[in-house]
Amino acid sequence: MTTSTPSGTRTGQRAAAVAASATDLSKVYGQGETRVVALDQVSTQFHRGEFTAIMGPSGSGKSTLMHCMAGLDSVSSGSARIGDTELSSLKDKQLTRLRRDKVGFVFQAFNLLPTLTALENITLPMDIAGRKPDKAWLDNVIETVGLSGRLKHRPAQLSGGQQQRVAVARALAAQPEIIFADEPTGNLDSRSGAEVLGFLRNSVRELGQTVVMVTHDAVAASYADRVVFLADGRIVDELRSPTADAVLDLMKRFDAKGRTS
Amino acid sequence: MFRTAVRNVFAHKARLLMTLLAVLLGVAFVSGTLVFTDTIGTAYKNQATTSYAGTAVGITSYPDPDGSRSDGNQRDLGVSAATVQHIAALPGVATATGRVDGFAGVADAKGKLIGNGWSNEGANFAPGKDGKDPRYAFVSGTGPTRAGQIAVDQDTARKGGFHVGGTARVATNGPVRTYTVTGVFTTDDGSVSAGGSLVLFDTASAQSLYLAPGHFKDVTVTAKPGASQTTLLNEIAPLLPKNSSAVAQTGQQLADQQSRDIEQQFSSLSTMLLAFAGIALFVGVFLIANTFTMLVAQRSRELALMRALGASRRQITRSVLTEALVVGVAASAGGFVAGVGIAVALRSAMTSFGAKVPGGPLVVAPSTVVVAFAVGVLITVLAAWLPARRAAKIPPVAAMSSADLPAPTKSLVLRNSFGGLLTAVGVALVLIGGAKGGTNGRWTVGGGAAVLLTGVIVLTPLLSQPVIAGVRPLLARVFGVSGNLAARNARRNPRRTAATASALAIGLSLVTGMTVLGLSLGRTIDKTTVDNVSADYMVQMANGMPLDGSVAKEIAKVPGVTDATAMQHADFTLDGHYSAVTAADPAGLTRTVRIDTVTGSRSALSQGKVLVADKVAKEHGWKVGDTVQADYPDGTHAEVTVGGTYGDNLALSDVVMPQSMLAPHVTKPEIQVVLVKTANGASAATSQAITDALGDNPAISVMDQQGIRDKFGGMINDMLSILYGLLGMSLVIAVLGVVNTLAMSVFERRREIGMLRAVGLDRRKVKGMIRLEAVVISLFGAATGIVLGLFVAWATGESISGSLPGYAMVLPWTRIAVFLALAALVGLLAAAWPARRAGRMDILESIKTE
Repeated sequence: MTTSTPSGTRTGQRAAAVAASATDLSKVYGQGETRVVALDQVSTQFHRGEFTAIMGPSGSGKSTLMHCMAGLDSVSSGSARIGDTELSSLKDKQLTRLRRDKVGFVFQAFNLLPTLTALENITLPMDIAGRKPDKAWLDNVIETVGLSGRLKHRPAQLSGGQQQRVAVARALAAQPEIIFADEPTGNLDSRSGAEVLGFLRNSVRELGQTVVMVTHDAVAASYADRVVFLADGRIVDELRSPTADAVLDLMKRFDAKGRTS
Repeated sequence: MFRTAVRNVFAHKARLLMTLLAVLLGVAFVSGTLVFTDTIGTAYKNQATTSYAGTAVGITSYPDPDGSRSDGNQRDLGVSAATVQHIAALPGVATATGRVDGFAGVADAKGKLIGNGWSNEGANFAPGKDGKDPRYAFVSGTGPTRAGQIAVDQDTARKGGFHVGGTARVATNGPVRTYTVTGVFTTDDGSVSAGGSLVLFDTASAQSLYLAPGHFKDVTVTAKPGASQTTLLNEIAPLLPKNSSAVAQTGQQLADQQSRDIEQQFSSLSTMLLAFAGIALFVGVFLIANTFTMLVAQRSRELALMRALGASRRQITRSVLTEALVVGVAASAGGFVAGVGIAVALRSAMTSFGAKVPGGPLVVAPSTVVVAFAVGVLITVLAAWLPARRAAKIPPVAAMSSADLPAPTKSLVLRNSFGGLLTAVGVALVLIGGAKGGTNGRWTVGGGAAVLLTGVIVLTPLLSQPVIAGVRPLLARVFGVSGNLAARNARRNPRRTAATASALAIGLSLVTGMTVLGLSLGRTIDKTTVDNVSADYMVQMANGMPLDGSVAKEIAKVPGVTDATAMQHADFTLDGHYSAVTAADPAGLTRTVRIDTVTGSRSALSQGKVLVADKVAKEHGWKVGDTVQADYPDGTHAEVTVGGTYGDNLALSDVVMPQSMLAPHVTKPEIQVVLVKTANGASAATSQAITDALGDNPAISVMDQQGIRDKFGGMINDMLSILYGLLGMSLVIAVLGVVNTLAMSVFERRREIGMLRAVGLDRRKVKGMIRLEAVVISLFGAATGIVLGLFVAWATGESISGSLPGYAMVLPWTRIAVFLALAALVGLLAAAWPARRAGRMDILESIKTE
């Protein structure tokens, strides 16, 4: 818990560098006997130009944290912010607009509309917003993810790895403040997975993007600049510049702790 | 397995409800039609039996007092009073009552005809020994016994404000007369039931009005106890006059014949209703197949699990079919109940249209129940057959795979080839029929249209691709992303889009075709009335009967009238060919009718020659100057000379001859219409003057050219309003189809919709996307139907144009626009619920990967 800063200083001098933040964020499902606390007063920050991985065993609340931060799910108490925008105060319409303009998504599967070509899928958020994509940036992104030859293809004509690369390109193309990726390599073989992760890291290093990725794969997490570990709805640890082995070590410790306690 | 099937039915209530509704509608129409026709038929049969209840033997004749139309010289006067007395004197006979009837129009307070013209009857009041006529029950007063007295039926009395002791003006085929009302009665007579009127005269007056003094048209014989109908018939038959059309039948035979007639009358109505049912069931098959396909797809993992646990393919198929069976039985039961409701509603609707339907119990024949359930259950189970087989083919390993199995898309090649072939054959038949013309041609066109419609329906998946792709840029420009996605989604599953659109296509092709034909015919008649007739007025009997000879003379006396030409009809045989002849005064005729001579000249008429329609002359090879052997109606033979030929004219028959040539050969001229020409054209004052000159006769209609057009137009509009009922029906079914398809699409694409919502498409645009998809599909169906309808209407028009000169197709753009607007509305309405569901979809729920 070394980096979790008190709420007073967080909005202070480092505010400019924070892309998204959670403060005492709680998410509770159900009531009475079926009450489940998915997130228990989580506070953390995602810095600009940083690739953060959220890890944890299943049921730890890692996906819930991402969904709340991305404006896909409502917050029970506490605060979730993207930039200076407090998400808990927004209505559905404003949340939709926020996701459209400020957030990029890469899901585990079903990222693409089968009726649209790869290029049309990439520009979809901008089409929805009625904005013209920045041509130079778009070319740059397509170049980066290596899709130049496949722009006219339909998703069904692309491999799983290519489909995820299109999804990454879509998230990058709109130049959002932050990109959330939910197990982006979950359905891919290790080679394609490595490619996609490479692109995500490059987008942070070379294009200055902010990426938050949920994963349960230690190798995937090792591509990140920082790994946040969740267990039972709380942040239990954090690693900077992780290696796959370091991540695995930490996970083993949680596992052991979980069994003994 | 049965338990799983039933549980599945309940698990997918909403989806199955729509399937249920489609089958239900179809079954409702089938059973409604059957119950309605059975009920009405039985009621009429009962009425027939009651009305012939006391009748042992009935004598019917078709007298022809003038001898103008019969082939012989003999005047047929029906049954004489002497014969009736002979019959009454037979030992087994209790009573023998003579009846005579004919047209009698009653004027209301404003001088207008009460009733519709076709069922305004007059008859004799024939009291028995007790002074009562068993056919009529008097509400007030008594029956007429002297000349100048009448009794009227209760409805007519109410409409005309007549009461006992008052007067009423009644027109028979002669002039109008004022009578004293002696009584008001009720009866189950057919003409009153049909919304007409019935006037009773004393027997002597009725005889002289309708036949000849001392003669009857029909005789009703009742038997003494113990005398058999057949014995009486054998005794009565020899007493009937030899040279007459009088025929004796037993009461039983008469009742049976009436029942048969009634059945025939209802057969066309039931055919139409069954056509509705057919359309509903046709679309129902698609709905059921679609629904079950989706239910199976949705449950593929579940089914695979059952296979993995040891269920056989047959068991899986059977479980899906059992589900269909449950739905089919429920739908049939519901449809049957709704059908009985439809039957009741139809009966009261007929009453409110003025037709009096005899009361009676609702008849639900056991066969109706069997048919309703057989149709509903069979159709449902058959439609679910393919999806059930597909379910059985799901491999057990599918239970383990994480992703949904993509539905295997079968190639459309076979379907397209078959559809292409059908379409080609249909188009060919329609074109051949159109070119051939005549009745044969029209049958060919009709058959071709059916084949073409089927072909195009089979081809719709293929057609949907380019058509919807074509409108996509437009949608994308106007509605942005929603429009673009909607068009792409509509193209996604061509089979499903086609099945959905076909409901509208079928309905609209029928409706468009008939609208175009109806309006074109109307326009043609409209035009030809103006083109063919230069008269200002057309005077004829409201019931289509011939006019009295005095009419033309009376009109001619009206100031301002320059010509009143009586158009007389006669049936001839010319050179062995049957020919309808119009006879008129040559001078008057040329001033009131525009005769367009092709060869020869009009003036030949005044030289005692005949004019022949060009078409007929060509057919028989007659030329100007030829002499033709003519057999006059009275049997005399003569030679007539062809003086000229004329182009088709609606106001004229095949042959025109001067009235003076026909006059010596007929006792009573059959004048169908009097054409009136005035010095200053038609005006309200002139019409009033003509009406007055005819004694303000309610039975004679005086129409100006607008009136003539309205008359034909009215007929066509009536026909079209029935068709628009059909349109309404196909719209209802189309709504069901579109709702079903969209609900399926929304369900299948929940991940996509979730993803779209996640990347920033707001609820409004998601809803817009679904709605637009619905509108695109509906409009596609409507457009297909309209194009088909136009084509068939054009071809039918071609086949008609030979017999109807001046026929030109009218394209009712406004109505077509209305049809399209309705189709779009159907799409919007149908999309309401699926769009709402799509809009409310929980993003996390829909994008989560299992």
